[in-house]
Amino acid sequence: MTETPVIRIRDLHKQFGSKVVLNGVDLDVKAGESMVIIGGSGTGKSVLLKCILGILVPERGSIEIDGENIIGMNRQDRKEILKKFGMLFQGAALFDSLPVWENVTFGLLAQKKVKRSEAKSVAIETLRRVGLEADVAGLNPSELSGGMQKRVGLARAIANKPEIIFFDEPTTGLDPIMADVINDLIVECVKEVGATALSITHDMASVRKIADRVAMLYKGKIIWSGPCDEIDQSDNEFVDQFINGRAEGPIHMELLKA
Amino acid sequence: MLLGLPVNRAFEHMNFLGIIGRVTLQFLAAAGRLGLFTAHAIIGIFSPPFYFRDLGKQMLAIGYYSLPVVGLTALFTGAALALNIYVGGSRFNAESVLPTIVVIGMVRELGPVLAGLIVAGRVSAAMAAELGTMRVTEQIDALVTLSTDPFKYLVTPRIVATTIMMPFLVIVADTIGVFGGFVIATDKLGFNPGIYVEKTVEFLEKIDVIASLTKAAVFGFILSLMGCYHGYNSKGGAQGVGVATTNAVVSACILILLSDYFITEMFFSS
Ligand SMILES: Nc1ncnc2c1ncn2[C@@H]1O[C@H](COP(=O)(O)OP(=O)(O)O)[C@@H](O)[C@H]1O
Ligand SMILES: [Mg+2]
Repeated sequence: MTETPVIRIRDLHKQFGSKVVLNGVDLDVKAGESMVIIGGSGTGKSVLLKCILGILVPERGSIEIDGENIIGMNRQDRKEILKKFGMLFQGAALFDSLPVWENVTFGLLAQKKVKRSEAKSVAIETLRRVGLEADVAGLNPSELSGGMQKRVGLARAIANKPEIIFFDEPTTGLDPIMADVINDLIVECVKEVGATALSITHDMASVRKIADRVAMLYKGKIIWSGPCDEIDQSDNEFVDQFINGRAEGPIHMELLKA
Repeated sequence: MLLGLPVNRAFEHMNFLGIIGRVTLQFLAAAGRLGLFTAHAIIGIFSPPFYFRDLGKQMLAIGYYSLPVVGLTALFTGAALALNIYVGGSRFNAESVLPTIVVIGMVRELGPVLAGLIVAGRVSAAMAAELGTMRVTEQIDALVTLSTDPFKYLVTPRIVATTIMMPFLVIVADTIGVFGGFVIATDKLGFNPGIYVEKTVEFLEKIDVIASLTKAAVFGFILSLMGCYHGYNSKGGAQGVGVATTNAVVSACILILLSDYFITEMFFSS
């Protein structure tokens, strides 16, 4: 049986000026699975997510969400599609002019799914799911530590029960213990809302914890993808070098040549 | 030798033309981007959703909190204007024109321009820095993922709020400026208060007030547009936000002075 993947990307190209960032990306993410994209800094992982969200417009290729190509789609339809998504940004990207509770329920309020008078209690409920106490709700994002900001960002991403959740380097900048806590929360929340997850990271501990499948982005292409438990036997020297974090290897040599 | 010039001179020549071409293209591209941004902002005023809560917040931040600086500036400018006209006018025994010139100078020109420049320093800078920070910390991208059009949510309320509030600020500036002149004239220069007020009212025409308010609204639109445009399009971290803020204030000030001339000509040049 072949079911349509939730996200199906074919031959995606994106460049900034003369700088080619994505050079023919192909990727399938199936319903309910947790896909993790790995790759070095600046390889275009965030750009890929932003293309899927329509924040950036690719030059070429197709992106299908539940079988619908979203490239060139009109604003209204795209807005409908976007309601399926939740995203945790790299720096959490909380709105610092708003208190935590308004951050968490921002999407719900925008879609008029909750009334303003009820929003705070909904926020507190969602915050509890990411392990934060009710008194955090009234604080400003600037009063929170990095780990707490990530949790609030996670709460905001899951608040409207999205079908697809993106995580952009969820553990970068956190200490190893907090990173592990966030990884657990991600696994838990994704299961709880039954979502499809697409994460990007260069933290291998995080990969092993949250991934069902892994894809490696290198030089604008997906050079390897497979189940997470096969990553150690990938027979791909780029993947091997990356997951073992070695300075020596094909990736380094390519850099020298460039 | 190339075209009769030494080779290096010839290249210098071509390089110069190249620079002109590149600068022209960049200018046209920037003008086009600004034009699109402006059109987008204006469309946003008329199409839902409307963010009245944010509009109210902005109106308070821009209008109410600019009152002290605008008021102080106007007060001292009015006072200094009165003093200058008195000294200048007394050479021709024409001190009696003082109230007329103060009121016309303040209302037609100094009130709106000074308020515009002061508010540009305060508000354009704040808008550019705030939106610029939101851009580089991905908060603007986050809005997209939360079913919100960042343009309508961030840019439109700011521009509408500033365009509405500037006329009120300018009425205050005009009034306080005239009052500053009045205080100096009656307190230091021996004018009779009753006659001063009479002359002020007598010579102030409706068109002066209309011009003043028109300038105020136009300046408000310009300075908020510049703040939002530079902030919204800023890139490259903290330094980029700094550049955006500087560009916002400088371009707002230049455009205010430029449009001031054209509005003045439109109203009073016949
Ligand atoms: N809006 C943009 N304008 C120009 N270049 C960009 C933009 N966004 C990203 N880039 C460039 O694309 C490359 C990939 O960026 P990114 O996707 O953020 O990398 P990462 O894989 O670390 O997430 C970087 O070299 C970056 O400079
Ligand atoms: Mg990134």
